[in-house]
Amino acid sequence: MKANTETKKSSGMKKSAAKKRPAKKRPDRTSRSDFFILRLYIAGQTPNSITAVANLKKLCEDKLKGKYRIEVVDLLEKPQLAKGDQIIAIPTLVRRLPPPVKKIIGNLSKTESVIVGLDLQPVL
Amino acid sequence: MPRAKSVQKVARHQLAKAPTGIQGLDEVTDGGLPKGRVSLVCGKAGCGKSLLAMQFLVNGAVQYNEPGVCMNFEETEEKLAANVTSLGFDLHDLTKRKKLLIDYVFIERSQITESGEYNLDGLFIRLGHAVKTIKAKRVVLDSVQALFAGVADTAILRSELQRLFRWLEDHHLTAIVTAEAGINTLTRHGLEEYIADCVIALDHRVTEQISTRRLRVVKYRGTSHGTDEYPFLIDEDGISVVPITSLALTHEARTDRVSTGIPAMDQMMEGKGFFRGSSVLVTGTAGTGKSSLAANFASAACARGELCLYFTFEESPSQILRNMRSVGLDLERWVKKRLLHFNAMRPTSTGLEGHLAVIHKLISRLRPSVVVIDPITNLVSATGSYDVKSMLVRLVDFLKVEQVTSIFTNLTFAGDPQEKTAAAVSSLMDTWVVLRDSKPNGRPRRELYILKSRGMEHSREVRELIVSKSGLELGIVLKDHTVATHVAGQ
Repeated sequence: MKANTETKKSSGMKKSAAKKRPAKKRPDRTSRSDFFILRLYIAGQTPNSITAVANLKKLCEDKLKGKYRIEVVDLLEKPQLAKGDQIIAIPTLVRRLPPPVKKIIGNLSKTESVIVGLDLQPVL
Repeated sequence: MPRAKSVQKVARHQLAKAPTGIQGLDEVTDGGLPKGRVSLVCGKAGCGKSLLAMQFLVNGAVQYNEPGVCMNFEETEEKLAANVTSLGFDLHDLTKRKKLLIDYVFIERSQITESGEYNLDGLFIRLGHAVKTIKAKRVVLDSVQALFAGVADTAILRSELQRLFRWLEDHHLTAIVTAEAGINTLTRHGLEEYIADCVIALDHRVTEQISTRRLRVVKYRGTSHGTDEYPFLIDEDGISVVPITSLALTHEARTDRVSTGIPAMDQMMEGKGFFRGSSVLVTGTAGTGKSSLAANFASAACARGELCLYFTFEESPSQILRNMRSVGLDLERWVKKRLLHFNAMRPTSTGLEGHLAVIHKLISRLRPSVVVIDPITNLVSATGSYDVKSMLVRLVDFLKVEQVTSIFTNLTFAGDPQEKTAAAVSSLMDTWVVLRDSKPNGRPRRELYILKSRGMEHSREVRELIVSKSGLELGIVLKDHTVATHVAGQ
């Protein structure tokens, strides 16, 4: 389930650092180094899950406006997806793009550690 | 029986068991692990925890129609499958037939940041999904140790593990959780506090550079179990535990007899030879014909169509075959007829318990009527003599229960009081045959006499043992010795 999909072409960013992933047929904005694909794993509408979704949305709007996409996966509905990203804790946020993969576990209430964990550079 | 809580105690006495299918372990645990509960298997690195757990799963799937899930925190599916292929487990096939499911849980600490509250529902969901997929009855978590490395908040982890063990019980899954041994505790993170029903500790001890693996059931609620440390083996069949302790002295004594292989020697024992199922000790200095006597006995047994198991700690089987040919014994034909089986081991190849385990296992498998152990001296050299005695007591007990006629050779040294090496074991033996060298008038000869033979009238005469190309024979009665009064061949 995709809770929120927001994309916006950003301008003025360096392309050189971006490593093109070979699977992509055509370059699109998700292949850019500054575009974030974040997947949040939850298990039902628990308080922690709800908090995590809210915290994530707020943080992305603040820090990554227009350069991110959030996918929320409810493992109660799709338990088979837990294996792929090696999920053990709930909630877990996975930064699928840009590489490398990073994970943050918890309800994301400590904003500072999320910023560090996602390696969010302050936008220039 | 009503299932009310008030009768729980009564119900516990008939605790349902899930057999592990591991030779010996089900005996020690009186039927297997507690069904629908969590058992802890702990021990240091390399002691065989994972193997035991894997064997429990594979045997469950193959023998007891109980599919199993292995949640492995340490090795990938491929690696795990490769590791156990040498034991004859085909994990790929079992996986394909939905008898087994391996879920590799990989936790990379450096990837993970923590922010706020969480729980381990992800793990529960994965396990639940795996269990549901193959309708599993058994679960292995190998080893939860890794979680402690991957999750920084141990308070959360501990409460979640407790919840996990409860979850397993609620779903009536028979589970093994493995954990690394701590310094002063059974497990490094005190998991034994949460798993109360069954705890098995494995140990891999090295004494004087010889290693022995041991297993102990530390606790097992609501059932009787062996409490000793039992030696176990890891070989091509996986783990086998050898539950030999000093058995009760209840074996039945047989009255039928078995020939020594030398008619004249039979004559010395009421004309009939040894009692069947008895233990015979043959001692002598180097070159007095101990092995020849033992081999002759084995050959005679094979000639009667009986199965013989020959443990050699000194020579290779082919060496024995060659040497015995020179004294007119063709053992090769018995090997070809599969009546004679050799097992050659260096005494130092494993500890005494390991030897005992190997001997036990082979005897249980082949069920021979005659066993030769040639010589026990070398076992003594591998370790202290107290251990040897304790091992031999158990071995002799086991052989007697199995009603195997056994012959042990023991090398004594010239000038060495014979009792010294033999005393430790002679009291266990029913018959003691002494061989020695003698040089009357400068002509060397071998002499044989029967020092003791329980339960029968036996000759006290000293006979010459003639070993020639045509076999073993006894010569004339030697009158110039009075052996009845002294023991050692001084």
